[in-house]
Amino acid sequence: MPDASATVPMVEAEDLAKHFDVSRPWLQRLFSGEPRRILRAVDGVSFAIAKGTTLSLVGESGCGKSTVARLVVGLYRPTRGRVLFDGQNLAKARASSEQRRRMQMIFQDPYASLDPRWRVRDIIAEPIRAFGLIADGAALRARVADLLTQVGLSPLDGEKYPHEFSGGQRQRISIARALSSNPEFLVCDEPTSALDVSVQAQILNLMKALQRDLGLTYLFISHNLAVVRQISDRIGVMYLGRIVELAPAETLFTTPRHPYTRALMEAIPDLEMTGRQRMPVGGEVPSPISPPPGCPFHPRCPLANDRCRAEGPALVPARGTEETLVACHAVEEGRDGRLSPASPATAEA
Amino acid sequence: MAALLEVRDLRVEFPMRRSVLTALDGVSFDIAAGEVLGVVGESGAGKSMTGAAIIGLLEPPGRIAGGEIRLDGLRIDNLPYDQMRRIRGREIGTIFQDPLTTLDPLYTVGRQLMETIRTHLGISAAEARMRAIGWLERVGIPGAAQRVDSYPHEFSGGMRQRVVIALALCAEPRLVIADEPTTALDVSIQAQIIALLKQLTREKGTAVMLVTHDMGVIAETADRVAVMYAGRVAEIGPVREVVKQPKHPYTVGLMASIPPLDRRVERLAQIEGAMPRLSAIPPGCAFNPRCPHAFGRCRIERPELLDAGATRAACWLYDPRSERRAEAIRHA
Repeated sequence: MPDASATVPMVEAEDLAKHFDVSRPWLQRLFSGEPRRILRAVDGVSFAIAKGTTLSLVGESGCGKSTVARLVVGLYRPTRGRVLFDGQNLAKARASSEQRRRMQMIFQDPYASLDPRWRVRDIIAEPIRAFGLIADGAALRARVADLLTQVGLSPLDGEKYPHEFSGGQRQRISIARALSSNPEFLVCDEPTSALDVSVQAQILNLMKALQRDLGLTYLFISHNLAVVRQISDRIGVMYLGRIVELAPAETLFTTPRHPYTRALMEAIPDLEMTGRQRMPVGGEVPSPISPPPGCPFHPRCPLANDRCRAEGPALVPARGTEETLVACHAVEEGRDGRLSPASPATAEA
Repeated sequence: MAALLEVRDLRVEFPMRRSVLTALDGVSFDIAAGEVLGVVGESGAGKSMTGAAIIGLLEPPGRIAGGEIRLDGLRIDNLPYDQMRRIRGREIGTIFQDPLTTLDPLYTVGRQLMETIRTHLGISAAEARMRAIGWLERVGIPGAAQRVDSYPHEFSGGMRQRVVIALALCAEPRLVIADEPTTALDVSIQAQIIALLKQLTREKGTAVMLVTHDMGVIAETADRVAVMYAGRVAEIGPVREVVKQPKHPYTVGLMASIPPLDRRVERLAQIEGAMPRLSAIPPGCAFNPRCPHAFGRCRIERPELLDAGATRAACWLYDPRSERRAEAIRHA
């Protein structure tokens, strides 16, 4: 694995933010005296992904992970901050054709992301044609056949239509299409969430093999911590539009630092049946339209004190480590030692 | 323990223009009072179909073509619509995946609860309102006395699913069919909802059929598990045995393909291929084309559920007369 500090990262996000205006129409606001409502989907996210590695973003629905994915490939224009792709600023202008060729996206729903009226070979060949990579018809057909083989399908499948395939096979087609422009960077937004678990294993194995063979860099978005553990080099845990913890994958699982990360892991059902009782996180994710002041997690956090309620923590290296970044006053002050799986109810007392 | 729900040889068919699709084929299981039976399988395996058949809400042209469903000894699969309607809600409560489709957006949650309570329990409006508030409190909705007059859209996803649980339980049914009750919820909310469902049904001795594709939820909640494949029960048994020492080759593959949370593996175990479509279920064992242990008999003769240690598995490896035996998969 290349050393992240020595080379230019494949992708770098700097203080990335995306705010959506979800106000009611102007006239209605005028009559009801309602202020503008701004939804801060992503609010200051920074990370870097070294070439050939996988960064995963995990979090619950509404935490902004999919918005980050869309910002990184340029489907959204950031409200603040910027994305550097191989050292070049993407946000400044529309990504150049060459930059777009080098990054591709795989979506969650393989039923919605393939045009039902196109033959599979045309779906896969579209990026090749769009970027003008191969002009010769025979060479194009050979390339499509190669791609189908690479994702574990038969070259003959190119003649079929998407409805003739199962969900897992469709996701393979999506991957073949994404690979057709020889990209270096893939953004995968919940690529296995719509699939059954046995099919998920097939797709995850395929993605890992492709990364190894082609040296791909992945930004992997998921809500499933077990999946993320299998595929990531580094993991960012998101909560309410921010990264609360960013750490090497193994470190995150062996020594999670942020109270939210710990709570997330506690909440996962226990397949080993050790008899461990799940500790549900009390309360719910607050609305990103009116996030709580201070640390966004403080209303659910067993360690919250007055500082947490007033002042938002920055993402800084946790004590005694360079690798793990945590945004938590309690961790910074060393107050997190007493965090046993306590229920938030006791913290309110 | 006497079974509250008995399903015997249930067969559901969908007549199509040219052929008849068999969605469920010889499904049999029991659920005792106070027991949670988990039903797992991949999409299209027939889990939800089984639930729909039990409550008599199969989508046409689907129909029960064979077998029996008995609730406390009473046969319910052939009841007239009106009689079945009284049983639904009163005797059998249902919880579906998406709370928004279960709740009527035009009525307050209190009114929906009161309607269910009054229809089935025949008590006064005032008393029904008190009970509705009581149920909202029991499912953990803060400020129940005020929230009872709120509309579904005023609740968050997790709170809405609590309301749905209250709605399913408020007529005090003896059987609850929960179809993917936590799938639409985030993991932190999921834990709260599962804990709640378990506690409430345990208090009342309610039988639960928990349909989900999430083995984690099953491992934590169910007493016994039925694993379904291509419209049939592949394996059924105590949850610990099925999760830890599965016997059917399909269950073995299914369990192995779940990504572990506690370690990283270089390559996940995978079952090659995909579940067959209903129109192309192979003869013999439905799993035989994907099965690493399949032998001659598997391709010809369909296996019934056979004793396989602590569980029962529909697999010829467990037939004492088979030429090939289960030792083959012990170390798989």
